Amino acid sequence: MSDIPYRANSNLERVLVAGHFGVTAELGPPKSAEVEVIHKKAEHLRGKVDAVNLTDNQTAIVRISSIAAGKVLVDLGLEPVIQMTCRDRNRLAQQADLLGAYVLGIRNVTCLTGDHQVFGNHPTARHVFDLDSIQLIECVRRMRDDGVFLCGDPIQNSKKSPVVAPKLYIGAAENPFGDPFEFRAIRLAKKVNAGADYIQTQCIYDLERFERWMSQVCARGLHKRVKILAGLTPLRSFKMASYMATGVAGIQVPRELLGRMEAAKDGAEEGIRICVEQIQRLRQIEGVAGIHLMAIEWEQKVPEILERAGLLPRPVVPPAA
Amino acid sequence: MIVASQKPMDEVLGYLGGAQRVLVLGCGTCVAVCNAGGEREVATLAALLRLGGRQATEETLERQCDAEFFDPVRDQAAGCDAILSLACGVGVQMCARLFPDKPVYPALNTQFMGINEGAGAWSEACLGCGDCKLGLFGGVCPVTQCSKSLCNGPCGGSTEGMCEVDTKTIECGWQRIYDRLQRIGRLDLLETNVAPRDWSKTHDGRPRKITRPDLAG
Ligand code: SF4
Ligand code: SF4
Repeated sequence: MSDIPYRANSNLERVLVAGHFGVTAELGPPKSAEVEVIHKKAEHLRGKVDAVNLTDNQTAIVRISSIAAGKVLVDLGLEPVIQMTCRDRNRLAQQADLLGAYVLGIRNVTCLTGDHQVFGNHPTARHVFDLDSIQLIECVRRMRDDGVFLCGDPIQNSKKSPVVAPKLYIGAAENPFGDPFEFRAIRLAKKVNAGADYIQTQCIYDLERFERWMSQVCARGLHKRVKILAGLTPLRSFKMASYMATGVAGIQVPRELLGRMEAAKDGAEEGIRICVEQIQRLRQIEGVAGIHLMAIEWEQKVPEILERAGLLPRPVVPPAA
Repeated sequence: MIVASQKPMDEVLGYLGGAQRVLVLGCGTCVAVCNAGGEREVATLAALLRLGGRQATEETLERQCDAEFFDPVRDQAAGCDAILSLACGVGVQMCARLFPDKPVYPALNTQFMGINEGAGAWSEACLGCGDCKLGLFGGVCPVTQCSKSLCNGPCGGSTEGMCEVDTKTIECGWQRIYDRLQRIGRLDLLETNVAPRDWSKTHDGRPRKITRPDLAG
């Protein structure tokens, strides 16, 4: 038993606080009630990562909710990170869901703005954006550390009841490749000031630009206040690489990588090789505390990538008393 | 000003149904300036109704959002089967309030409060949020110019000045806020975390009213 005063005492927090190079992976819940999809993907990740991110209606497509999927993982003995966007719920629903998630055994939450609904399967929906991601982070932090709701009321069932607050490890996303580039480090600082404990970045292909962003981050001393997990999405084929390069707002794929993917006989193997090289390089960059693997519908390759990158087995850090 | 556009004729005819005598009522202010509901548009619409075999009377008021301008058309209103208003939604409602026994139908879709961008182009600029924060954002409104109404900086989808919603046609409002604050040397304004909005000042609170005792006669 350790006596470190953890904020949430999640496995992810313990691994990162102990100074290990952390590994999270993403699991996209299914677009139906077929729970077996979660079971199957979870088995690929079992014991291979420190925590598993469940996306929240990613790209504005309706799926099993991140919290319900997170509970499935808890029951399977894996540690979930639930993602929560600001697109679909107002501050009442968000706080109610945070209480509920905590009660179900969830200990990590990544707060996101959310993709615009035009990208998804309900483009005529009304969006919410009552809070933005930075305000949501602050809300979760105040719930955890101050025991109060956003309105200032204590988190207790009645005046005589104890304050029972959800103790969550708080994450945020950041896109080092979004514009305006000079504003990205400022925005990260705002998230850290709001209370983010860790950051999971958008997927990185352009390592040089990422390094420039990281040097701005380190210049502001932010790497000392927040654990930065660099996002990676292994490329499966040249077709996917070209799509990522042109079809996805805010993602840039350098020419050199496109060339390698085009020349490769076995695109999948080349994609994995590139991903492993990227991990090696990221480990050398000051301030990078780990990686966040988003192997889209390719979760079965996560163990191989981590094995080849020398990141297995995962460290075991005992929970606090 | 308030910017509107004309409804499809089929929809308008659907509302009118069997009404024979129609008062086609334009508005001479915002919707006249954006060529949707002024005198000229009234004339065209009335002519179309006549071609369809109806009797159409044409009138265009100075403003339909003020009761005092309606006096000249009270007789025509009394003598028609239906009023077709080419005002914005505000004018249509005033019309319906003043003639409680008459069917009143809209001929326009009221779009937004916006800016004239040159010949034949307008863009949304204000949502009437009741708590104007332009002073913090260099005179660029995050509520309307950002597709997600974000107040703490751009989302991850901002690319080369364009918004993720459509990188070909929609500018990222946050890029504009950034550029503007940079020009006036106030980037420091972006370092502070902006607190959650008080939406009770918008329509989320209730239908809003303003009373000014100093002006009440
Ligand atoms: S901040 Fe509110 S009042 Fe000001 S321009 Fe924007 S929507 Fe209008
Ligand atoms: S890209 Fe810019 S305008 Fe579009 S939603 Fe994001 S911040 Fe708002």
